[in-house]
Amino acid sequence: MSKYTKPAVDLVRFVLPLMALAGAVLGFLVGTANGTSLLGTVLGAICGAALAWALSSFIPSKRTGILASTVIFALAGLLIAGPAGIVGGVIVGFVLSWLSYWLSSGSYRAGTPIYATPGQVLWHNTFKFICGAIFFFLIAPILTIIPLSFNAENFFTFTPAMLSFDPEGYSFKHYRDFFTNPDWQQALKNSVQIAPAATLISVSLGTLAAIGLSQPHVPFRRAIMAILISPMIVPLIISAAGMYFFYSRIGLQGTYIGVVLAHAALGIPFVIITVTATLVGFDKSLTRAAANMGANPVTTFFKVQMPLILPGVISGGLFAFITSFDEVVVVLFVGSAGQKTLPWQMFTGLREQISPTILAVATLLVGVSMLLLTTLELLRRRSERLRGMSPG
Amino acid sequence: MTDATNSPSTGPMLSADGTPLKKSLQIALRRQKLRALALIAPLLLFVLISFIAPIADMLFRSVENEIVSETIPRTVIALEQWDYEDGNAAAPSDDVYAALYVDLSEAEEFKTHTRLGSRLNYETTGMSSLLRKTGRGIGRMDTDEYTKQFEALDPKWEDPAAWVAMMQSPGVANILPETASAWQSWQRMVTNKNDVLSEEQPEDFIYTMLYRDLIAQPVSAVAAYSGPGAEMLQAADSAVDGFEAISLREQFLDIDKDWADAQIWGTIKAFSSPYTAGYFLSSVDLQQTPAGIEQQPENQQIYMLLFGRTMFMSMVIMGSCILLGYPIAYLLSNLPLRTSNLLLILVLLPFWTSLLVRTSAWKVLLQQQGVINDILVWVGLVADGDRLVMINNQFGTIVAMTHILLPFMILPLYSVMKTIPPTYVRAAKSLGATNWTAFWRVYFPQSVPGIGAGSILVFILSIGYYITPELVGGTTGTFISNRIAYHISSSLNWGLAAALGTILLAVVLLLYWVYDRIVGIDNVSLG
Repeated sequence: MSKYTKPAVDLVRFVLPLMALAGAVLGFLVGTANGTSLLGTVLGAICGAALAWALSSFIPSKRTGILASTVIFALAGLLIAGPAGIVGGVIVGFVLSWLSYWLSSGSYRAGTPIYATPGQVLWHNTFKFICGAIFFFLIAPILTIIPLSFNAENFFTFTPAMLSFDPEGYSFKHYRDFFTNPDWQQALKNSVQIAPAATLISVSLGTLAAIGLSQPHVPFRRAIMAILISPMIVPLIISAAGMYFFYSRIGLQGTYIGVVLAHAALGIPFVIITVTATLVGFDKSLTRAAANMGANPVTTFFKVQMPLILPGVISGGLFAFITSFDEVVVVLFVGSAGQKTLPWQMFTGLREQISPTILAVATLLVGVSMLLLTTLELLRRRSERLRGMSPG
Repeated sequence: MTDATNSPSTGPMLSADGTPLKKSLQIALRRQKLRALALIAPLLLFVLISFIAPIADMLFRSVENEIVSETIPRTVIALEQWDYEDGNAAAPSDDVYAALYVDLSEAEEFKTHTRLGSRLNYETTGMSSLLRKTGRGIGRMDTDEYTKQFEALDPKWEDPAAWVAMMQSPGVANILPETASAWQSWQRMVTNKNDVLSEEQPEDFIYTMLYRDLIAQPVSAVAAYSGPGAEMLQAADSAVDGFEAISLREQFLDIDKDWADAQIWGTIKAFSSPYTAGYFLSSVDLQQTPAGIEQQPENQQIYMLLFGRTMFMSMVIMGSCILLGYPIAYLLSNLPLRTSNLLLILVLLPFWTSLLVRTSAWKVLLQQQGVINDILVWVGLVADGDRLVMINNQFGTIVAMTHILLPFMILPLYSVMKTIPPTYVRAAKSLGATNWTAFWRVYFPQSVPGIGAGSILVFILSIGYYITPELVGGTTGTFISNRIAYHISSSLNWGLAAALGTILLAVVLLLYWVYDRIVGIDNVSLG
């Protein structure tokens, strides 16, 4: 058996032209920014090709090569455009040297079979690139607002001071504003009052109903399910309109209770869905065994069933909580100024475009959602482990 | 079971306590059902009250139209005799004006005529100001002539106590029907002012109705009356023919010439029934005119445009979600589980991030002084003077909403693609299919259920969106939901808002039904 060796990569006919092309593109961008696009393109192409040749001929260690060229380009950036140029230099240096190693070591063929034609390899890498771009589209907007929230100016965009990493350009003033402004504090207070109350209602009623629904013989099961799920299906604006009309008829419009009831109704489908899904894997013989050993139904529920379905209940609760915490349409209509929640305050702030404090709040909320995501993932794993123990 | 085996083989099987096994089973089953229902009942009740009832209320409001028949009940009845014909000559008879006189006298006291005006103004512009003007003028009509003439005839007509005594006698409603009816209005008006009926002299409209009743009734009918005040009533009956008559029609025309317009009366008649299709007609750019159902004027036809735009933009958003979501779902389902779980976080993080956070992010990115424009200007692709307008138009809405709804496409697609066995594609390739053929003829058809589920989900969510179009949509990127919100909070035309909402709800439920047929309600999964 002959050991598999990577096919050799033709440096002159394959790597150098491609690197020249990549260098030309980056050079074009840098050149246009400095007013000389043609010169930039030409210099970039030369740079790219030269770098590839130097790296593949003299520095076989990938790590050293990338580090060295990144430093060199960063210094070049510093010379051309001052401190702000360092970032550009680091990016250009890293991309070019990484690309050079990727091409010359043949790892661009990784993931494709050995017999793949060049066209297939090209398509495979293009596909990866497209996917990367889509992931970028998904994540970049959320990540952009994080540095912007530390802006020292009242702008919604990067200031020159921020780009040159001037400490003067950054500040916590928007965070300070959030924690001292009475409007925002009132909104925060309302949010943390309304969401837990709504969650409590939807989780307690929802869990009971989910247990009822998972019994073997439930009359009108489909109809009941459809009714219970409907708050998730009906567009929020319609729910909001209906609740506004109805709650103002019975005097709940503009009250704390009204908002809590409305949010609880919106959270119920999530609880029902997650808890029913957990109950599918629940082994009924466990409750029967408990009853057999003399436990009454209440003890059975709290000692046997509840601990097993707890992950589902908690994740349903988290869904209900985030539904209420993020909800803005219904509270806009059902609530009044006294029930102004965080999303409401953000909504009015965005519409009237008053202050970038919104970005600070948004960053904090991203933190909250990351926390939630982690919790949910841990719960899911625990639930899977538990289910593995009790074959359903 | 022991009992059952011991019992004779001919008899029914018995359970431990001696009841027939069949019956015992039935009881157990019923108990189980009841227990399940008892567990569900609190939540069901809660959802019915806090969610289903509001929706039902909205459906009801979209057809409800009691305001006309409640505010001007006599006019509505009187108008039944009258038929709309085009042209000014066809205005109704004096009876209708008399009915309107009493109705509006009461409505003016309770200030309900302004609400009626705003309601009818949705159908015919000018009704609101007409009714306000009439409300102001109705107390200053020349009908005080009647009052003066009755008082001149017998000073007892000034005495409220005499009126009360007369109007409370049982027979009077038969001989003075219009006066009795107006008297009820008068009673309500006095109570509203917290006054005592026997201390307030009736207003002019009571005397006017009395005059009309006495003119209309034959002498014999009045002579037959013998209750309190019979004397003064009979005296008035014989004198009333000599009174100076005042045309109520002229009085109304003095206040506003429009009261001669058959169009006005036609509108009142057309919307006099307690239920109306008028709001629904308005929602589809039609209107109910006295002459029948017609198109709205060209410049007021906005709802079909908005519905069309909502549908079109939702389709575009759905399309871009498929386009962007398919490669991601494909990549995730073909990677090793560890890597794909890691990458899935990149999908779930936006999914879990607050809607407003994502919308504000796009506002920051897309605006003219925003990040994307700044980068483009810095790179030199766009001149500083003509920065791209990417927000407050359809483009902004589509980009932001595609970003927001993309996870709802990726997740169902991913869960379907995960179940497609890779062996099929390998088999196709080993049989000589090219990569493209293997994908298009073998893999893609198996992923179609995922596309269907994701598309319907994204479409349902997107046609009801309100927040994002409101914030980044400007005027050309708004949806029908923004119009609904406008009618609820700004124009206060709740009926129209309810009708638009009902139509939207119907579309969503239809799509949901389709979704249920394709995917099933029980298969809704959450990440």
